Amino acid sequence: MSEIAPLPTNKDEAWRYSDADWLAKADPAVIGVWRESIVPEGQTIRETTHLTQAGATRLRIRVEKGARYEHFALNTAGPFARLEVEVTLEEGAQFEFGGVTLGGGDVTQEFVTRTIHAEPHGTSNQVVRAVQWGKSTGNFLGRIEVVRDAQKTDAGMNFRALLLEKGASANTKPELEIFADDVLCAHGAAIGQMDADAAYYMAARGIPPEAAKKLLVQAFIGDAFAELPDDTARDELMDAALGALDGAQL
Amino acid sequence: MLKIENLHAQINDKPILKGLSLEVAPGEVHAIMGPNGAGKSTLSYVLGGRPGYEVTEGSVTFNGTDLLDLDPHERAAAGLFLGFQYPVEIPGVSNVQFLREALNSQRKAREEEPLTAGEFLKLAKEKAALLKLDMEMLKRHVNVGFSGGEKKRAEMVQMGILDPSFAVLDETDSGLDIDALRIVGEGINSIMRAENKGVLLITHYQRLLDVVQPDKVSVLADGRIIRTGGPELALRLEEEGYDAVMAEAA
Repeated sequence: MSEIAPLPTNKDEAWRYSDADWLAKADPAVIGVWRESIVPEGQTIRETTHLTQAGATRLRIRVEKGARYEHFALNTAGPFARLEVEVTLEEGAQFEFGGVTLGGGDVTQEFVTRTIHAEPHGTSNQVVRAVQWGKSTGNFLGRIEVVRDAQKTDAGMNFRALLLEKGASANTKPELEIFADDVLCAHGAAIGQMDADAAYYMAARGIPPEAAKKLLVQAFIGDAFAELPDDTARDELMDAALGALDGAQL
Repeated sequence: MLKIENLHAQINDKPILKGLSLEVAPGEVHAIMGPNGAGKSTLSYVLGGRPGYEVTEGSVTFNGTDLLDLDPHERAAAGLFLGFQYPVEIPGVSNVQFLREALNSQRKAREEEPLTAGEFLKLAKEKAALLKLDMEMLKRHVNVGFSGGEKKRAEMVQMGILDPSFAVLDETDSGLDIDALRIVGEGINSIMRAENKGVLLITHYQRLLDVVQPDKVSVLADGRIIRTGGPELALRLEEEGYDAVMAEAA
């Protein structure tokens, strides 16, 4: 099942921080394609994604009663790379998302999620970390919709960005649209630089600056993959992320 | 072993050290005492190479090499350990990971073979036991959620593992209750009391010096050493206060 949407521009809310030049040249037949799937009642589906090429990947997932959908993604691609996930949660369904953008140069990397709590007792948890240097940009646009009947929804969203160099940037825009009155929705965001005190503490113990930076980045992005129970898969994502950091001429 | 000559240093253009000279011989524990604001912490950070502490005049020689010419991590590899008055928390990085990275970075700089994970854990267990710190604490993130006393004990475990030839300990006794003070003091004796090692012990109180008995005591006031004597000088300070001793020196 798929449908083709018109080519988006920065005027579209969900594309406001995207790379306009790249979008203008994009192929609507490619960028407009949604991959649609269903997590059947009571089941769990876990996906891990490493975006290494420019483009927009768009997923539309229906999570049936009591089912769970997990997606852990690393985005190290450019010049423009986007993962968009739209999730509809039925009664008691769960959505877990962990994402890391990591890049330099002038890449734009983004995660865009739309979480629709359509029925009661659903939970969703999203943790996104951005590590940017050069003139790169990391974005997280998270929209949570809780319909009127979706009581006892528990939704959380957390974004933090670490800018390793002046000139790098990060954007985030949490959107909450809540029509039920008995729900928990939490969101938080912070954008900062490398902790100079921690870096010095490491140096004082003999750890050279490059290794200290790697340790701190590793610790920083670890949160995004903390809920991934598969050690091998988590190690692969972490190794890929730190490998991409190695390429940085910082 | 450590020779400081006519050291002048400033922070944000404000002079703090104003011609400090001091020498510590191998096998010596040298206590530095002095009123608040005298420059005690500045001295320790200048020796540790903390960014923001600018040396404007003078020299520091450590085992014959120009200490001020080395980066902070190189000073550590050369055998200098700086005990922090306020140890830094590093969320996301475990003590074990941090210390293994630190020790192996130092070993690499000295062209020694790295310790395997097993060898390292054995060493860490031994030093944790010496400081009566639960090994479980070392599996937790660096100083995160540690009480003041636990942080100081963890610092001494770090010192035990890294086995420096010279330690600058900045108010390692602050925040310790009587039992912890004895454990930390005995830890310092056990790790650092050796013919080829030296300690610069910065403290406000005699009580640590009851456990770690200094060979020499110097009084630091207004950025200079105004008086140096034996252990009896610390006892006099405790009884008569800084003002009396400073007035005598003036």
